[in-house]
Amino acid sequence: MGRRPLASLAALAAVVVVVLFAQAHAAGQVQPPATTVTSAAKAWTPPVAPDGTPDLQGIWSNATLTPLERPKGLGTKEFYTEQEFAELMSRVRKGEVGPEGNLGAAASQPLRYDLSLYGFDLTKASFASNRRTSLIIGPDGVVPSMLPEAIKRNADRAAKNKGHEFDSHENRPLQERCILMGQEGLPMIPAVNDNNLLQIVQGTGWVAMLHEINHHTRIVPTDGRPHIPQNIRQWQGESVGRWEGKTLVVDTTNFTGRTANFRGSSEKLHLVERFTRVSDDMINYQFTVEDPTTWSKPWTAEIPMTKTEGPVYEWGCHEGNTMISNILRGARVADEEAAGKTGK
Amino acid sequence: MIARVIAVCLLSLAATSALGQAPAYRAPRTSDGQPDLNGIWQALNSANWDLEGHDAAPGPTPSLGAVFARPPGLGVVEGNEIPYLPAAAAKKKQNQANWVMLDPEVKCYLPGVPRATYLPYPFQIVQSQKSILIAYEYAGAVRVVNMEAPTKPPADSWMGWSNGRWEGETLVIDVTSQNEETWFDRAGNFHSGALHVVERYTPRSPDILDYEATIEDPNVFSRPWKISMPLYRRAERNARLLEFRCVEFAEELLYGHLRKKP
Repeated sequence: MGRRPLASLAALAAVVVVVLFAQAHAAGQVQPPATTVTSAAKAWTPPVAPDGTPDLQGIWSNATLTPLERPKGLGTKEFYTEQEFAELMSRVRKGEVGPEGNLGAAASQPLRYDLSLYGFDLTKASFASNRRTSLIIGPDGVVPSMLPEAIKRNADRAAKNKGHEFDSHENRPLQERCILMGQEGLPMIPAVNDNNLLQIVQGTGWVAMLHEINHHTRIVPTDGRPHIPQNIRQWQGESVGRWEGKTLVVDTTNFTGRTANFRGSSEKLHLVERFTRVSDDMINYQFTVEDPTTWSKPWTAEIPMTKTEGPVYEWGCHEGNTMISNILRGARVADEEAAGKTGK
Repeated sequence: MIARVIAVCLLSLAATSALGQAPAYRAPRTSDGQPDLNGIWQALNSANWDLEGHDAAPGPTPSLGAVFARPPGLGVVEGNEIPYLPAAAAKKKQNQANWVMLDPEVKCYLPGVPRATYLPYPFQIVQSQKSILIAYEYAGAVRVVNMEAPTKPPADSWMGWSNGRWEGETLVIDVTSQNEETWFDRAGNFHSGALHVVERYTPRSPDILDYEATIEDPNVFSRPWKISMPLYRRAERNARLLEFRCVEFAEELLYGHLRKKP
């Protein structure tokens, strides 16, 4: 199995982690001279997979301390200074989440787990932060405003279900039905800090990505083939990939219009993801989404993924889904009681 | 010159017959020197209807006529008979009689091993050195075969825990820790939580793998038994797995009785 995040000095050599040296030192790690680090970072060459492509293989976590959208009040400030970041980290370590934001995924965790036990200790740089104030990059730092037609589309969808939420399984949310869980959706946005593992396995001409949650597996061809016909629509769209230098670029279309896709987008959603191995223990994941029927402009976010330990467990959701039948059964009992009261 | 050619031909014929069979096929190699099993594969038989030999029979829904009737098949069990213990044989019959109600495939549950292999859907092998990922189109089932030092299963699961190794041309996978919920086919053939499966994948030619699975379960069978079948490469140039998230196809069956009464 993989090493503990940051178990080696090699991990510390990653350029983006260099800024965390103060924390690493505080956490009791030996700090090598800065010059060594610089040369190590320069000397690092990405590992190569059996088929000669850059090796992205391993088990990765996208747990992060950075919120998707920039906290209000930071304006166009894209990065914290080292000092600001050190202070922020120090507060997070004590469980104090201030006005800088909810810190995204990390927010609910201190209440739920002994983080050190699960390898989620907030002092560890496995939350590979790059000092960004938000995952969304650029001066705005927020999701662009939703177009009126998209607002209407989503409102109509919700209105159609209003008052019928408990009529049948078809009225229940997809995640409750184990059809599509929030965290397995594309693009890959960090949610709560469990079940956000991604295992990558590369075979000749294909890159397989297994999400622990709901055992969703994407197998991306990299042989230059085109997308499948437009009339074939899938919950997770359809992905084709290519290598651009050291970066795996994955282009996804063919999303379904049967649900409000990613953040209320339509079947026109077009997703481009970029996976770049930047150190032994880190992949830089960047995605750009565009949907001319939903947002006024495309937008881009960047999320560091850190190498973590396995195993990836089987996530059998549907097989044990007693929740949905209990919810519906409860609703039917309520129906009967209501009918009894009105003397029907 | 012609005589020499004939002589060479005769010699090679003699060599072949001396071995009693054609020379063993040697598959193309991955960069680490192992047989390259990468690709999309599918069984082409009626094993998922019944591992044992069976004749044609009407399907469960008469209104569908010939569609979804059971096709005949010679069976894939060595010796054709699954060696059930007496009590287990009775349970198998009961399963078969209540097939549509009890078969986990009908409910879109994860299929377990070996059934995942011969379900009537393609599956894909993504082969690397330390891990081999096998993804099945049916229900999005998947497993990652550990090719390093064998590891112990962290918990029982639907698809079990797979440790693999190479034996010459053959990928051998040892599967343990499967739960007792899965079946082998639509005929009610079943196992307990003590199931131990050893699979063997051996390339026969560029587009065919010979598949064998030895099945051992002392709670259910009197001895280990074996199934075997070829697996064929899906040779379409654009072949790939598509989404078959069958949960929504099974929901009416599972939750339809809980619909609001009109």
